[in-house]
Amino acid sequence: MTLWLMAGLLFTPLAWAVLTLLMNFTWGRLVTWVGIVVQVLVSLGLWLAVSRDGGFYYGLGGWEAPLGIELRVDGLAVTFVLLTAVVASACGWHAGVYIDADKPWHRYFWPLFWFLWSGLNAVWLGGDLFNLYVGLELISLSAVGLVALGGKAGALRASIRYLLAALLGSLAYLLGVALIYGQFGTLSIAGVVFWLEEHPVPAGSSLALALMVTGLALKTALFPLHRWLPPAHGIAKSPVSALLSALVVKASFYIAARLWLELGEPLGNLAAAQLVGLLGSAAIVWGSWLACRQLELKQVVAYSSVAQIGYLFLLFPLTYSVSESVTLQAQQGITLQVISHALAKAAMFLAAGNLILSTGSSRVDALKGVSRFLPFSLFSFGLAGVSLMSLPPSGGFAAKWLLLQASLGSGQWWWVLVLLVGGLLSAAYVFRIYRASFLESSETDHFYHPPRSLEIIPMILALLSLGLGLVSAEVLSVMALPFEEEGSP
Amino acid sequence: MTTPLLYALAGALLCGIGLFGLLWLRHLLRKLLAFNIMGSGVFLVMVGLPQHQSGPDPVPQALVLTGIVVAIAATALAVVLIRRYYHLSGMSSLEDEPSPRGDDPE
Amino acid sequence: MMRALQTLVMALACLAFTGVLATSIWTISGNPTPVNLTQLLTENMGRSGVEHPVTAVLLNFRSYDTLLEIGVLVIAGIAGISMAKTASLEDPAMRTSDSLLYALQRWFVPLMLVLAGYLLWAGADRPGGAFQAGAVLAATGVLMRLGGSPMEFLRPGLMLRLGLALGFTVFLLVAVASAIGGDAFLAYPPGMTKALIVVIETVLTLSIAMVLLALFVSAPVNDAEDPEEGAPS
Repeated sequence: MTLWLMAGLLFTPLAWAVLTLLMNFTWGRLVTWVGIVVQVLVSLGLWLAVSRDGGFYYGLGGWEAPLGIELRVDGLAVTFVLLTAVVASACGWHAGVYIDADKPWHRYFWPLFWFLWSGLNAVWLGGDLFNLYVGLELISLSAVGLVALGGKAGALRASIRYLLAALLGSLAYLLGVALIYGQFGTLSIAGVVFWLEEHPVPAGSSLALALMVTGLALKTALFPLHRWLPPAHGIAKSPVSALLSALVVKASFYIAARLWLELGEPLGNLAAAQLVGLLGSAAIVWGSWLACRQLELKQVVAYSSVAQIGYLFLLFPLTYSVSESVTLQAQQGITLQVISHALAKAAMFLAAGNLILSTGSSRVDALKGVSRFLPFSLFSFGLAGVSLMSLPPSGGFAAKWLLLQASLGSGQWWWVLVLLVGGLLSAAYVFRIYRASFLESSETDHFYHPPRSLEIIPMILALLSLGLGLVSAEVLSVMALPFEEEGSP
Repeated sequence: MTTPLLYALAGALLCGIGLFGLLWLRHLLRKLLAFNIMGSGVFLVMVGLPQHQSGPDPVPQALVLTGIVVAIAATALAVVLIRRYYHLSGMSSLEDEPSPRGDDPE
Repeated sequence: MMRALQTLVMALACLAFTGVLATSIWTISGNPTPVNLTQLLTENMGRSGVEHPVTAVLLNFRSYDTLLEIGVLVIAGIAGISMAKTASLEDPAMRTSDSLLYALQRWFVPLMLVLAGYLLWAGADRPGGAFQAGAVLAATGVLMRLGGSPMEFLRPGLMLRLGLALGFTVFLLVAVASAIGGDAFLAYPPGMTKALIVVIETVLTLSIAMVLLALFVSAPVNDAEDPEEGAPS
């Protein structure tokens, strides 16, 4: 059964990419909705199977590592597979209604969407360094294609900038992989970790980890390497922005985090860990500050992503040479932050798309008086904002609470200041949007009401993000499941 | 010093040159060429280093072949994007960023 | 002045990077690798279905990489042809009456087709394989395009999309077929490995050539545009 679920999980997105490539937009939409149902069921099935029986290694093609490629199917991976299924199906559903079916080039939206999904699954499950590289490239190229789809000069400029940044990041990562292979003779992460447990750290291997983490940080848009992100996320169509902010940047972070957790202790050092944490803090402050200063609605949301990504990198200092319990708290906090930000940011971008659709302008000051016409999308935007501001009972609050405890537990009190300042600044930019929309203006009588389904989707995502705080213990318990070390099932 | 090690060191040099080009050059096609030089450097390191240690190793050779295909796909896509961007805007470089506060709307 | 300073800083940074990288490579090259993958590979070559180790790694041991890699190529193809806003391949710059080019074409095109076929066939036991053959095939197409051949099949339509997807689809179907039978994803059924690899290599050659050629041909430059979100249209 688990074998079939795995095959379904890997096969469906790729098969649907091919199927939708052969159709026009309308048919592609219909087929995609069927595919979404299949993929959600498969992801849910796999999640249930893993939460019942524990994780396992899945050797592709019947070959085991180090000769073949093994997928690592553990609690964390299936949680992210399920998260991807939720967010991507919401974005796919929204895009089917939102995107103009009459433009002939929009037919290419669906195949790119499905390739993106398959790349994300490949990254969550990947246990092989080179395979992760291919998965990253799959994600980057389809994301760039989605940003550029049917765009004018502005969108093309953003997508070229994005492509160049992503390619440089991938090359840095690949160089690190080359050094690791030269050092250890294997590409399997588990193989490297296994060897390091029993032998002293060989000289010269720290650079490999540094290169990989730097490349991935560039792809995740960590300050000061973040400048490609706001143009790309701001100019893409709203469902695409939602996918990019919610999932794509998380994929590269996920690899960096896993490398750090597995190899950071032997290959990293304290200064590097603190430096990454410092850059993350700078991202929180600088990104939030710039979000407060933006004039375009989606730029506000995009800069808020820069800030929220900063929190993720606090993982590095909070897990380096600290006690077992602090490491666990930090990991759990970051996991919750990834999930809650994915849900909240997708909700926010989709709601922002609805607001732009109804006001006909992408500027913040065009929102004057919207509160009278479109309370529903505005409400979703606000609910998602609650999670970003980390107010209880949202998932964002649970995440930051755990991070706060981890900072205090490890004696690194300075991160607490960053968490507080970040929360205040995020409140500032969310309320700024609200303030704009509650202003009255005299010429607010030409509002377009988007279809009901467009308004429901961000609401569902925002509610999920809000409710995450209430079920965080259950979500986190799946990650702590025992892992079957012995081969494939 | 063996020949494969020389390849790997030359790869390191190419990486440095490519990185400099990618950061310093303005013209997009040149940036793309610099990316390809850097890519070649990475591939040289990838093949040269294991070959120096344990003789010809088919695994990195296969990896590099995969890497080359990915690099070609990315390069071709970039050329298409750059060409269309040039047609629409008449510019061959990414102009300077609009100021970060965003107070000059396009 | 600013630019010169910037250049200097960048040059120094890149020089330092090269130095650190070279030192690291030098240090690493001193120790032998703990895992000897080459030996493991040699032991399993008998079960791989092909004689050439690189082909065995690409299409059997690490076939998931190759499957995703073809996916990356198809994505680039899709994104490339999505830039083509009309169905016409007319390009006045491509009309030529150069007799030398025609003569060259008459000689080269058949020769290159034969070469592509040879590379594909050689992949089993010598350097060669789907990608090399596909690249030569695509180069043949580029030559024909430059010579002004119409190449109607590259018009952005169903045929082009079928061609792009063909190799990937066959690979994917083979991958899932064994999974339905209860084996792992991408495992070849015993006894059919060789035949399936040959089939996959052949269709991959066609698709790779198609993607590369489509990226060369199908990005005509014209002015059809999509207004951006919220921009006044």
